[in-house]
Amino acid sequence: MSIVIDNKTPILVQGFTGRIGSFHSEEMIEYGTNIVGGVTPGRGGTTHQGLPVFDTVKAAVTATGAEASIVFVPPPFAADAIMEAADGGLRTCVCITDGIPAQDMMRVKRYMRRYKADKRMQLIGPNCAGVISPGKALLGIMPGHIYKEGEVGIIGRSGTLGYEAASQLKAEGIGVSTSVGIGGDPINGSSFKDHLAAFEKDSQTRVVVMIGEIGGPQEAAAAEFTRDHMTKPVVGYIAGLTAPKGRTMGHAGAIVSAAGESAKEKVDILRACGVTVVERPSEFGSTVGQVLAAVS
Amino acid sequence: MDIHEYQAKALLSDFGVPIPLGGLAYSPEQAQYRATEIGGDQWVVKAQVHTGGRGKAGGIRVCHSEHEVWSAADEMLGSRLVTQQTGSRGRGVYRLYIESVAEIDREIYLGFVLDRGTERVMLVASAAGGMEIEQIAEDDPDSLIRVVIEPAVGLQGFQAREVAFALGLDASIVTEAANTLRACYRSFRDLDATMVEINPLVVTADGRILALDAKMTFDDNALFKHQQISELRDKSQEDPREMRATDRGLSYVGLEGSIGCIINGAGLAMATMDMIKHSGGEPANFLDIGGGASPERVAKAFNLVLSDENVKGVLVNIFAGINRCDWVAQGVVKAMQDLNIQVPVVVRLSGTKVEEGRRILEESSIPLITADTLAEAAEKSVAAVSDEATV
Repeated sequence: MSIVIDNKTPILVQGFTGRIGSFHSEEMIEYGTNIVGGVTPGRGGTTHQGLPVFDTVKAAVTATGAEASIVFVPPPFAADAIMEAADGGLRTCVCITDGIPAQDMMRVKRYMRRYKADKRMQLIGPNCAGVISPGKALLGIMPGHIYKEGEVGIIGRSGTLGYEAASQLKAEGIGVSTSVGIGGDPINGSSFKDHLAAFEKDSQTRVVVMIGEIGGPQEAAAAEFTRDHMTKPVVGYIAGLTAPKGRTMGHAGAIVSAAGESAKEKVDILRACGVTVVERPSEFGSTVGQVLAAVS
Repeated sequence: MDIHEYQAKALLSDFGVPIPLGGLAYSPEQAQYRATEIGGDQWVVKAQVHTGGRGKAGGIRVCHSEHEVWSAADEMLGSRLVTQQTGSRGRGVYRLYIESVAEIDREIYLGFVLDRGTERVMLVASAAGGMEIEQIAEDDPDSLIRVVIEPAVGLQGFQAREVAFALGLDASIVTEAANTLRACYRSFRDLDATMVEINPLVVTADGRILALDAKMTFDDNALFKHQQISELRDKSQEDPREMRATDRGLSYVGLEGSIGCIINGAGLAMATMDMIKHSGGEPANFLDIGGGASPERVAKAFNLVLSDENVKGVLVNIFAGINRCDWVAQGVVKAMQDLNIQVPVVVRLSGTKVEEGRRILEESSIPLITADTLAEAAEKSVAAVSDEATV
């Protein structure tokens, strides 16, 4: 098994015909992802990469039975695209777009609450690398070949740091069940906690790696969730030890603006909650290797 | 993006927040003229700089004659104001705001922030105004009043009144105070702010509400919606290195160390800086060159990083996901050839086509230090910088 998607999940690409949408759609199809079509308002009725294009998400869902989407829509229109996905009845939406205004995301989160929890779409991102279940499907922009299929779940904010961790694991012969990027924005769809809960239920996953960074309360919430609800071991890393207070470190959300948001404070919270801390970012492979050996 | 106090006050005033009479001055003569215009026999001369803690640093002076206003302005203009928040370089004072002085009965702290826990806008108020919010949170946490605002309907009248009553305001000014709170919230919402702070919001001796200071920060990602806000950017208040980076579409934060960093991805950049620290060095900067590390971007990044005089060595760490290491390596070699770089450069490539990339680096005649892993890259760059120091 894996979380979020598998090779059967029918997927739509929002912003399908754009340059970035086209490029990544090809990569995803090549990886074996079941892309069934795309949405570009005004291009309905045409085909792109041999797949049908629709004007609206609703029309696309009716025609294809799509269950998930990936958004490559530019920042000014991305919040609108996510709300359209939620309204179209999709189960999952991954938003890759970087640069969505924070208050637009606030309104997206508010809008999604109109659906009952069991009908509510799961949003992943924005400003994330997406999701990969190695050997099954890719709903994102990560390079598929750096992931080996296996037993470790990864949840991270950053794209390239996630790649670094996955390639260290691969070098140690360790594989990944699913890797989820929750994104670097201050207001995001799903959190570390949401995906920890999913990995806890996933039969393929035996250990979860959580790659956090400075800013916001989600790492601490995930640490408490680990202490109270996780039977599987969780390994954690927090980036930004050298980050000065009050400065945005690339990701809009990577800023220490309140107590408990610095790397050191978060590491202390992780440790106190029983998370195995990766001391240095060069030690993802060795630390996860030790934890995996202990559960074997 | 930050703006000046006088700009924030003008914006807030448009939404209905009461502000004192005031005017902007670029010269002592203008400052004196503003004082005459405003009238009265007491004025405050305020340095317009993007930092807090101005009062303690001498950036706010109360003057009792027009001549005093002239002299205060003469001293302040062109100086650099060093406050607790600016670092040793301080901020240049090029604009002054001259304001009438009000007789104050009470000082209140009022702030609006984007709260990441609730994912809503949160109003924070305290009857202990005038102090920094961090100080209030430490000394008098019970005085803090927090209201989470529902984005669909905004700050309601009853919520604003509840805050006003909780602050212990006199019934005669509760309506005015509540209207002020709601005006602040509307400005936050309509202008895509990430922070609006009025500290202090005062009740004057004659029973009026006035915003004595105002600070607004805006969401950089939303500036495309608000041209009038983008125009308020004051480059004189920015770190010149960071300003150049922003203008080139790079994400850069200047630090105090000696190892310049060129990395793709924000998380990997922070992790690499952490690794330098673990290896006994100090990073000179945060720099994310983004996903596509094209030769032009690499060259721009080298230029930017080397413009910092403290940089004694450079660490390039690129994880090629979608693009290819051989291509990135060509970019690094080209940038090094074109720029005639004098400091040691450590390059670590990882990801797609890494062998080809490493071969290109090795076969070039450029004296590069290569590393295979993150740990090795950090150790080699720290060693290279300390070798430089001993030569």
